[in-house]
Amino acid sequence: MTGASAEASALVLGIETSCDETGAGLVEVFGDGRVRLVADVVASSVEQHARFGGVVPEIASRAHLEALTPTVRRALVDAGCRLRDVDAIAVTAGPGLAGALMVGVAAAKAYAAAADKPLYGVNHLAGHVAVDALEHGPLPKPCLALLVSGGHTQLLLVEDVASSVREIGSTIDDAAGEAYDKVARLLDLPYPGGPPIDRLARAAGAAARDSIAFPRGLTGPRDSRHDFSFSGLKTAVARWVEGRRAAGEPVDVASVAASFQEAVADVLTAKAVRAAAELGVDTLVVSGGVAANSRLGELAAERCARAGIRLRVPPPRLCTDNGAMIAALGAHLVAAGAPPSAPGFGADPALPVGTVVVE
Amino acid sequence: MLLLAIDTATPAIVSGVVELEDAGPPRVLAGEPVFAARSHAELLTPRLRAAATAAGVEFGEVDALVCGVGPGPFTGLRVGMVTAAALGHALGRPVHPVGTLDGVAAGVVSPGPFLVVSDARRREVYWSAHTSDGARVEGPGVARPDELREQLAAMPSATRPTHLVGNLRPPGDARGEGMAELADQLGLPLLGTAFPTPDGLVAAASAELRAGRPPAPLVPRYLRQPDAAEPRSPKRVSTP
Repeated sequence: MTGASAEASALVLGIETSCDETGAGLVEVFGDGRVRLVADVVASSVEQHARFGGVVPEIASRAHLEALTPTVRRALVDAGCRLRDVDAIAVTAGPGLAGALMVGVAAAKAYAAAADKPLYGVNHLAGHVAVDALEHGPLPKPCLALLVSGGHTQLLLVEDVASSVREIGSTIDDAAGEAYDKVARLLDLPYPGGPPIDRLARAAGAAARDSIAFPRGLTGPRDSRHDFSFSGLKTAVARWVEGRRAAGEPVDVASVAASFQEAVADVLTAKAVRAAAELGVDTLVVSGGVAANSRLGELAAERCARAGIRLRVPPPRLCTDNGAMIAALGAHLVAAGAPPSAPGFGADPALPVGTVVVE
Repeated sequence: MLLLAIDTATPAIVSGVVELEDAGPPRVLAGEPVFAARSHAELLTPRLRAAATAAGVEFGEVDALVCGVGPGPFTGLRVGMVTAAALGHALGRPVHPVGTLDGVAAGVVSPGPFLVVSDARRREVYWSAHTSDGARVEGPGVARPDELREQLAAMPSATRPTHLVGNLRPPGDARGEGMAELADQLGLPLLGTAFPTPDGLVAAASAELRAGRPPAPLVPRYLRQPDAAEPRSPKRVSTP
């Protein structure tokens, strides 16, 4: 590596609107492929969705339209640069909510056309992996990624985040974060359900984790090894709570929260660590909103250490949806010399995980 | 004054380069509409680029943008609005909002007051009422045709629309354009099918453009609340 090539750098603007966060981030990529976070601004509409118990697509899309240009402006101000200083733009093309994605894609095309910059329509899921390079340096090739959020629960084999990402397992029903939201509703806890359940579970202590034996989905000998299921767990929690209430007995919310959380974290980490070992991959990246969960982090650390696997978890702010993760993926694409997307590309709500950048 | 005109609140993707002089009607330099109700995000910016090229204009030479703010189906509407907002930001130019139906009305020649409609889906239409010279006197609103007929009957006779114009479906749609049927339902003679046009949109904003007035905020006219119901208590899962 020569000093000159390491110094030469490009600035990438990333725009994210796949769900309920409007994100704009700026990432600098150096000649040797290293990436650095420059700015990261997120406007969330989560409070507008709270009373509905989940993201309402039309509300999210309306909020994106309002927040988009102010968020990009803020990111540029934070970075102390202007749009003309940006070398490339990346935008989430999918997967996600159709109407929400379209706001980001349309805006990114306009920015790219006005400033005459190359534009990459990229995969949201690969962005969740790429973002960890901002915190922990270059991603080893290959690495395994466990993506857990309100919309996704997937195991990805990442040979190269700019070109080769393959799904080896995913949830067959609810996403892990969705299960948290549904269980929170059962327990009369606020939306989103992750933080209040985690708080109660932590306060309840280690003994409470196994106080109720909730099922571990898809862990039987004949079940799909790398897939997940959380719908049965949610139903088991509901049944347990109903049973208590029907018998006129009090529901110990903290025990339910801790035992539910243990079931989720147990299955996620057991399957991820086993997959890494079986595939001979020595690094596990855990990302997505649920990666901020305390028990998931603890169990992953414990089990990775025992299996000799290196664990990488981005800081919580970068785990949830943001523009920096899209800029980070765009930076990897620029470094790899990938061709930009064609001007006529569109949003794809069901973009396959193997498509890192749309043609 | 050189302007970019954008509207995506109907099946027409409107993207034009328009010249507005101190007097006289706006002149379209380039920008044929394309009809593609579900491809706004794919096509709009490429169409704007093509229009600029055809007009021999760089985006940087544009003085301001004019953008239709609906009413119209939400997802398409947002594509044009966020495109205009981002172009305005990137180019450092003001974006002037105009009502999409006003952009249609500006191009209409009518012997009397007229009603402009567009498709609101769910068997409803967006509408506004205009004087014969195009000024809006009522609306925009959203209504079923039978409701709209009652509303028309209740309007003051001096400005009550006597003719119908607008668009429901794109030209060549297999189900027909739908305007003749609506004209029958409303009991109004049909002037024809008309979509917003680049010059119509600019004409609707021409007074504030010529006066050099700063634009109003770019706010969409949705006219409907999002469909969302607060959840009821969770379903029982155990059999009693």
